[in-house]
Amino acid sequence: MSILAKHKILETNATLLLVFAFLVVTIGGIVQIAPLFYLENTIEDVEGMRPYSPLELAGREIYVREGCYVCHSQMIRPMRDEVERYGHYSLAAESKYDRPFQWGSKRTGPDLARVGGRYSDEWHVDHLIDPQSVVPESVMPKYGFLRDRKIEPGYIGELMSTHAILGVPYTEEMIAEADADFRAQIDPFGDTDGLLARYPKAQVRNFDREPGVSEMDALIAYLQMLGTLVDFSTFEAVASR
Amino acid sequence: MSSPNTPKDGQVETTGHVWDEDLEEFNNPLPRWWLWTFYLTIIWGVAYTIAYPAWPLISQATPGLLGYSTRAEVATEITRVETANASIEQRLVDAELTAIATDPELNQFALNAGAAVFRTNCSQCHGAGAAGVQASGYPNLLDDDWLWGGDIEAIHTTVSHGIRNDLDPDARFSEMPAFADVLSEEEIAQTADYVLSLSGQEHDAALAAAGETLFLDNCASCHGDAGEGMRDLGAPNLGDAIWLYGGSREAITSQIVAPRNGVMPPWTQRLTEAEIRAVATYVHGLGGGETLE
Repeated sequence: MSILAKHKILETNATLLLVFAFLVVTIGGIVQIAPLFYLENTIEDVEGMRPYSPLELAGREIYVREGCYVCHSQMIRPMRDEVERYGHYSLAAESKYDRPFQWGSKRTGPDLARVGGRYSDEWHVDHLIDPQSVVPESVMPKYGFLRDRKIEPGYIGELMSTHAILGVPYTEEMIAEADADFRAQIDPFGDTDGLLARYPKAQVRNFDREPGVSEMDALIAYLQMLGTLVDFSTFEAVASR
Repeated sequence: MSSPNTPKDGQVETTGHVWDEDLEEFNNPLPRWWLWTFYLTIIWGVAYTIAYPAWPLISQATPGLLGYSTRAEVATEITRVETANASIEQRLVDAELTAIATDPELNQFALNAGAAVFRTNCSQCHGAGAAGVQASGYPNLLDDDWLWGGDIEAIHTTVSHGIRNDLDPDARFSEMPAFADVLSEEEIAQTADYVLSLSGQEHDAALAAAGETLFLDNCASCHGDAGEGMRDLGAPNLGDAIWLYGGSREAITSQIVAPRNGVMPPWTQRLTEAEIRAVATYVHGLGGGETLE
């Protein structure tokens, strides 16, 4: 009973109880918070990652808005079946510019972490308008309305500034050129030098084959770049991760 | 059975708290099995953090005594499968493409492996049964109508490099021009009716007759004088009533006015040479495969 007797001292002294309660909460807090200061060490050193281009970022906003993450994950786990189906397992570095990340936790549809380049733009258009027309067993809803909703890039510079505050390395030049880059990525006959210098590997096409920039253009631009950035020929897995 | 309110003197301790003169708080010991399970979970927890990667440190987490790593495990697992298949995959890669079908063991391996590759990577466009999506631009692979060639080497090239994509410089390429600005509306209607006549469909004879010259001037350079198509350019045969984008008058007119040019991704970056050869063998064996001349 000696320990209980000592505990009685705490129980009967409010100030002392406060001090010790604070001490316990502090230990719990340190255990949870301190590792976050070393989060960088979980991110692999890879070549090729860059922030999203303005059009891709707009597409990503639509992906989040429509709740695509509810049915689609973007996280290929390090397991043989997943690697054989989807490609190289996902790296922390690949979602380091995601605010918030789209790993997801439920797969009603397939994982999309490396869907970029896997299908043609036409397939994406057909599939978004009527998923069952190309995949009869699919339960995905129709997203044809995305093609009718034209978007203006007005807000995209501000969105990029917000992402910059959160740590995404958007430069002032990128933010200043946001509107121009947004339009340039949809026009294969325009001047894309600036866009490609700022966002290497950006794919420039009229994704939905309709004039103007629709939400479908933005979404397909985003889908077509997913998982295409990291150069895996130079990547070496560190065993302890 | 004694009432829980009346402790047997000297057997159950109380916490020493007393309310309302005689209301005491028992300090019953926890069941022994529960207590030991609890101690075991603590020991287990500590042992686990020693055995497996656990505590985050400055440069990386503690690796754990067992040296366990999910990434190392998946690498081992994949290496194991690759080693097991290495010899037959090497044979598949070394074999002449035309010789795969004549080697029963190789053929069987390629067909099974190819079927798995097909279901994972090709079925989304060409359908789980390889019948494509009719009149939507996703070719049926079961019939003997081939756009770019149906012998094993042509199929192998198509799978490897794809069609009209900007990811692979060796992709098959051709582009049907839009005739909206080249031909008048009347001329387009005449050409469409002539195309309808090529496959013996219902058409306006007068329009079709007028369309013949237009066809020979504008279309025959790719689709052939008799509309038989040209595989070097992926130009479809217009006489066989098998349509990539539909064979109705509206569909043909729309294709003349604003053509769709189908895209297929390249697969050399995603699949190994053995996998590409396997899936080519599978597609070749679906029914329409042609023998190389």
